[in-house]
Amino acid sequence: MADARRPRTMDLRKQPGFNQIAWLCLIFLYAPIVVLIVFSFNDNRSVVRWTEFSLRWYAAALDNQGIRNATIVSFKVASVATVFGTILATMAALATTRTAPFRGQTLSYAIINQPLMVPEIVTAVSTLALFAIIKQLTGLTGIGYLMLAHTVFCIPFAYMPIRARLEDMSLTLEQAAADLYATPFQVFRRVTLPMMSPGIVAGAMLAFVVSLDDVIITLMVAGPGETTLPIYILGQIRRGITPEINAVSTLLLGLSVILVTAFFLIGQRRR
Amino acid sequence: MPPERNRTETGQPGQGKAVMVRADGVTKTFGRGASMVTALDRVSLSINENEFLTLLGPSGCGKTTLLRLIAGFELPDAGQILLDGQEIGHLPPYQRPVNTVFQSYALFPHMSVARNIGFGLEMQGRPASEVAQTTARMLALVRMEDMADRRTDQLSGGQQQRVALARALAPHPKVLLLDEPLSALDLKLRKNMQIELKRLQNETGITFIFVTHDQEEALTMSDRIAVMSAGRILQVGTPKEIYHRPSSRFVADFIGDINIFAATLEKTGPDGATVTLPGGGKAVAQVHAAGVVPGPVSVAIRPEDMHLTAAEDKSAAIRGRIGNVVYFGSGNNVHVTLADGTEVIVRSNEAGAVDSPVGIAFSPGKLQVLED
Ligand SMILES: Nc1ncnc2c1ncn2[C@@H]1O[C@H](COP(=O)(O)OP(=O)(O)OP(=O)(O)O)[C@@H](O)[C@H]1O
Ligand SMILES: [Mg+2]
Repeated sequence: MADARRPRTMDLRKQPGFNQIAWLCLIFLYAPIVVLIVFSFNDNRSVVRWTEFSLRWYAAALDNQGIRNATIVSFKVASVATVFGTILATMAALATTRTAPFRGQTLSYAIINQPLMVPEIVTAVSTLALFAIIKQLTGLTGIGYLMLAHTVFCIPFAYMPIRARLEDMSLTLEQAAADLYATPFQVFRRVTLPMMSPGIVAGAMLAFVVSLDDVIITLMVAGPGETTLPIYILGQIRRGITPEINAVSTLLLGLSVILVTAFFLIGQRRR
Repeated sequence: MPPERNRTETGQPGQGKAVMVRADGVTKTFGRGASMVTALDRVSLSINENEFLTLLGPSGCGKTTLLRLIAGFELPDAGQILLDGQEIGHLPPYQRPVNTVFQSYALFPHMSVARNIGFGLEMQGRPASEVAQTTARMLALVRMEDMADRRTDQLSGGQQQRVALARALAPHPKVLLLDEPLSALDLKLRKNMQIELKRLQNETGITFIFVTHDQEEALTMSDRIAVMSAGRILQVGTPKEIYHRPSSRFVADFIGDINIFAATLEKTGPDGATVTLPGGGKAVAQVHAAGVVPGPVSVAIRPEDMHLTAAEDKSAAIRGRIGNVVYFGSGNNVHVTLADGTEVIVRSNEAGAVDSPVGIAFSPGKLQVLED
């Protein structure tokens, strides 16, 4: 009878060596980041030898015109991609969960999420090829192509949390609203939208981070003067790592952490 | 397809009251081909103004489907639904002056209790002052004044239930639909809410259509009960009629304890039908079902409508031997085995000795011929 009080599942934490392996994994995950952050505060040109604490590389980074321009481009592209990607993802999520079951519903999920499975280099090369044709036919150029490419690959990332949220929401609430004289638009405005908003916010932030982070597609599609921050960092590193790059990367990391934390907190709320 | 009548519709609306809801030959199927389910099969039913009508039946018999058709969440395949004389069968839910109390309550979690209650009025475009006034009145009606600003997920089950009720009553609908609203509550709260629901119905004068599969709840609360089985309405009547004069074996069996035995119908007359009972005794039985013809029939009688007498007593309709005696507080259920092996339960204050021969006499007018 004494056994009945013990959990029946195997407790992995009790296995020999578990703690050591866990710590090792965490160290491998975070050690590079710690090194990066530490040396961004180093008062020295070297990124391997510590002298003393300083903020000079942050000042230098903020003063660097190339970094500034790249940051502006990154934010422009990420904002546009987030807004349009999230709107499209919201509509897709509504269409795949809030309508009567239809033939090929599961297939539609797969098709929307497929971009996550396609190797990014394939998407990048094919987008480049398609845009080349369009450019030749229309003669149009500009940052619009980059924004379009980012919007497209942001859709599945925004779609996932929004759909998860909608699937959690029972249809009964919307029926109750309709029963209480709300027209379909009012039902959407007063019940569906506020209830799904944590999902939308989470999706938008995920889209923003993914866009901000993208290298491969951007590398292929971006034209002259459309250098985003990751591309700029990549270009600088070819000439050797400088603490300035450490500082920029740390800032970018800080932004991602803030967004992902917010994403997590919003996901936790109203469960 | 001609509007074929769905069996008998007894328990006439009567009392000179206007008909509020009328279902006329309503059919609803789900799915298609081999997996098709007929949830409602040519259902016809009239419900009066300010009536408390209960839909009673086993799981899957179509109660919820009928409510959803009246509320507008489903559209009928055939037949008409009339509300206050108007065909509403194809109107969307938000154009029907009908409100629903959902089994899961379906309160809006992102709104306070007061906002929930005022939602219907707000959607109808009533002025803010009226919304506030009616909300306050509804809060008082369900005794939730102190909780107006609470979030709905901070309420107990009984409180959520009352908010759901207040929210559905606030726009003063012509009809209130309640789908097993009490099934999630514990027994004591359930009894309280039954009384409260009746009080609310009297105070508001609204027609209530109430779904339950609890026969006791149906008997205590309803003005009339519609017993459903497999998508059909078998009988509609007052609780007394349903209890004492069930028209079919299903209705008799579904509600309370009842004895059913095989008999032979000799002839029907103005006072009822003469039947020959097991053991050869004759008795007069009531016939409520149409189309009962002489020949083998089933007859039914409640345990409390019979009493034990001496075996040689002339008034005894049937005779047998006492089997089990089950004591239950206010009396005994005496199980009597007839010569042909049929077991009959008689409610009795005194219990005879086990295995002793007894006679069973019927109270006049209580034996019923069932439609099979
Ligand atoms: N949306 C649907 N799709 C397919 N079949 C359905 C649907 N809704 C109901 N049914 C079927 O219709 C029949 C009647 O269902 P309904 O929900 O009306 O039963 P009920 O009397 O309310 O039962 P319960 O007491 O269990 O709530 C059932 O056989 C059910 O499986
Ligand atoms: Mg039901």
